[in-house]
Amino acid sequence: MTTTSPDGAFTLIVNGTLRPVVDAHPGESLLFVLRERLGLAGSKNACEEGECGSCTVRLDGETVCSCLVLAGAAAGRDVVTIEGLTMEAGVSAEPGLSPVQQAFLDAGAVQCGFCTPGLLMAIDALLDAESDPDDLTVREAISGNLCRCTGYGRILDAVDRAAAVRRAEVTP
Amino acid sequence: MTTIEAGISTSTGPRIGENASRPDGVPKVTGDFAFSSDLHHDRMLWGATLRSPHAAARILGIDVGPALAIDGVHAVLTHEDVPGRATYGLEHRDQPVLAADVVRYEGEPVAVVAADHPDTARCALAAIHVDWEPTEPLVDPALAEAAEPIHPDGNVIRRIHLRHGDQSAADQPDLVSVEGTYEVGMQDQAFLGPESGLAVPDDDGGVDLYVATQWLHVDRDQVAACLGLPDEKVRLTLAGVGGAFGAREDLSLHVHLCLLALRTGRPVKMSYGREESFHGHVHRHPARMWYRHHATSDGDLVRVEAHLLLDGGAYASSSGAVIANATCFAAGPYHVPSVEIEGVVVRTDNPPCGAMRGFGAVQTCFAHEAQMDRLADALGMDPVALRLRNALEPGDRLATGQVITGTLPVAEVLRACADHPSGAVGPDEPMARPGGAGRTADTEHVVRGEAVALGFKNLMFSEGFDDSSAARCVLHDGVATITCACAEVGQGFVTLVGQIAGEVLGVDEVILAPVETASIGSAGSTSASRQTWMSGGAVQLACVAVRRELLAGVAADHGVSADDLVLVDGRVISLPGDGSGDPDLSLDLSLEEVTVEPVEADVVHRHAPTSPLDADGQGDAHVSFAVSAHRAIVDVDPDLGLVRVVELTTAQDVGRVLHPLQALGQLEGGAAQGVGLAVMEEVQVANGHIRNASFTDYLIPTALDMPSLEVAALIEQPEPGAPFGAKGIGEPPCISSTAAVVGALRNATGLDLARVPVRPADIALAGQPEAEVS
Repeated sequence: MTTTSPDGAFTLIVNGTLRPVVDAHPGESLLFVLRERLGLAGSKNACEEGECGSCTVRLDGETVCSCLVLAGAAAGRDVVTIEGLTMEAGVSAEPGLSPVQQAFLDAGAVQCGFCTPGLLMAIDALLDAESDPDDLTVREAISGNLCRCTGYGRILDAVDRAAAVRRAEVTP
Repeated sequence: MTTIEAGISTSTGPRIGENASRPDGVPKVTGDFAFSSDLHHDRMLWGATLRSPHAAARILGIDVGPALAIDGVHAVLTHEDVPGRATYGLEHRDQPVLAADVVRYEGEPVAVVAADHPDTARCALAAIHVDWEPTEPLVDPALAEAAEPIHPDGNVIRRIHLRHGDQSAADQPDLVSVEGTYEVGMQDQAFLGPESGLAVPDDDGGVDLYVATQWLHVDRDQVAACLGLPDEKVRLTLAGVGGAFGAREDLSLHVHLCLLALRTGRPVKMSYGREESFHGHVHRHPARMWYRHHATSDGDLVRVEAHLLLDGGAYASSSGAVIANATCFAAGPYHVPSVEIEGVVVRTDNPPCGAMRGFGAVQTCFAHEAQMDRLADALGMDPVALRLRNALEPGDRLATGQVITGTLPVAEVLRACADHPSGAVGPDEPMARPGGAGRTADTEHVVRGEAVALGFKNLMFSEGFDDSSAARCVLHDGVATITCACAEVGQGFVTLVGQIAGEVLGVDEVILAPVETASIGSAGSTSASRQTWMSGGAVQLACVAVRRELLAGVAADHGVSADDLVLVDGRVISLPGDGSGDPDLSLDLSLEEVTVEPVEADVVHRHAPTSPLDADGQGDAHVSFAVSAHRAIVDVDPDLGLVRVVELTTAQDVGRVLHPLQALGQLEGGAAQGVGLAVMEEVQVANGHIRNASFTDYLIPTALDMPSLEVAALIEQPEPGAPFGAKGIGEPPCISSTAAVVGALRNATGLDLARVPVRPADIALAGQPEAEVS
């Protein structure tokens, strides 16, 4: 599939949908294009230097800081954002919330919420890779996601809850 | 444009004391919640700010011509374009909207631009030519008082000389005295949501500003004055706030955005990057604190002397309140008959400092708790026993002469924390050793330490400040709509509103109206642990007034006594009467049917008045107080100076728990900020220049740095005068945590460690010449 054209326009595949991008400046990050050109503001812009994880999306399945990815470099690749996490869940589970999203609410892991989308993406990826991670594994997996409100206690609790729910779903 | 939340509704739910759901929870986990940086308008321009590269300089001229000539640039504004008041500020309006002839700190705004794209705006900034004449910056706060004033208001922002009791009390023989000098570095609030906003001009010369802030109305007053507009032409609406912690009390981009929008006639959005954010808001004041404690050989405190010097940086911000807290609570939650504290906050060419969680009390807690440990050591006493022996209790006098009339369970908090069993295990797992994987210490070299610390602070604003919050409750068709300008910054006030309205009115559905200046009076600031009391109290009052009016109307309509009616689960029900109504009449009406015509109430809630401090720092200046305790257990690798906080335990004086999960979140989050100040967080300033304005170089705790927080006890002694008896709980967790962690590091290493954050070199290279350490 051709995803770039000679005039610099390109097409992203975001949450399973083809999204043409025209008039983008060559240096625009994937984060900027998602937020400002495609109306997907769920990925956050806390540092825009790859340190805080608030812009975490999945690119061909891998978690990346979308602030560090040139938008053009993501052309034709599979991008999943927090909006996609919600939509995916909408197909299979309760009204639109994935287990990890629901667990964040139940555990009190949401305060200001700015780090939340990035953390949800990182945790969802962790639980895809490991169904029952131990405490240190979880801490290591989310150590690239800064949270300034919670001190991480409720977030760690939410991971435990989400992991349990997901395990129960796959082993009925 | 992206719609601002039209209203947040809560369903029937848990009441006071239970875990209600956050009404903003679902949009926050789906990514739909609109933070201030998410705002978008199809016609919007992008704003950007030119900042001073110099800590001190004269501006000989500014040429904006080349910037204006760039295609896509719509406006370039300087101080000449500020139509109203040239300066703003929280306590003193001493800070220029845009610098005119001098700059006083690195990062001071000089010009602003509006352009069609952020890249264009950046090009425009680069094209503005400023003719600078750099001058020698004043960067040592110890020299500020004697130095040439760097501002027309002088270099001393505020001095308080507190004297309490017999000033010769330490002259008696056989006292044990300990002395120390302590330093606290400059901490950054490091909220994740950057300063951002959207200004939209109207057709009538006014402007709407959507912005993340802690106090809409005080922003509005300052913005309107600088724009030269009447208040009603400047309307502020709270946009989603990505954390605050004090850093959003002062204006940042507010006036700039409005100036650009009014000049261009277009909506303008601005969002700081992280580096700009470090330059764009105030920080926690660095402090140098000399202390001397005197006690009897039995361990009774006799006298505390201290000199506190805080660096306020270039502009006043809330420095006056910070030094007042530092001075008033300098001795900690202890009964001290004789006190002399001199607190001074000065102006320098360093970054401006102001509010941060626990303002003033964090700095002095680090010092007074180090002193208490030192005194215990000198006396040969157990440090917990020494603290218990001197613990303040209701009826005692503070150093300000004020008698504590509310609750203050100092001893209970301390005992609960200190006696809590520890679950700390050895550092077996490499990742859990100091330094973590890859820099793993040898287990046999790791030393462990433990310490307990107490923190103490006032709740709400002090010194006679006219503190209030306004709220409106409208009960219509069985639905309660609450209007209050309290800024939700993450703490969960929006949850509390539903709980309070549900508790008072028995309603199933509560809607929180948009938070804005146009529809309601000020709620005051979301700071100083005050909103649960002030705005929670306002919402409670408004709901109670509606209940009273509603029940009076129902009583009159049905010939019963209002005293016999209650609101339960969306119904008005009569209970057996006292004889004034018809005892046989059994009333059971739905709330919906009795509120077809809306019932509403507007209230302003105030706390009990306070007094200013007199010339000796004496007076009933504070409303209420809270105390917290932390116990830290740390592992240290003395060879590398690496540290791991293994366990953190806390107990806190909370009055009453209104929402257990949200309370826990405050305790955990505040402790993390305290751990950060103890071992890693400092804005490093060299000759006025910030050297680490990024999350690469300014480190905040990650999930690997924070231990789980053990809550030994939440001490619930309802506070008289407080709505539901609840004390504010936001600040204490980050007051005593820093002191406990560093106390444990001292316990492990035997070093003085008189400065935070404690750096690896402070441990590994201790005793070596300073030049090698730095």
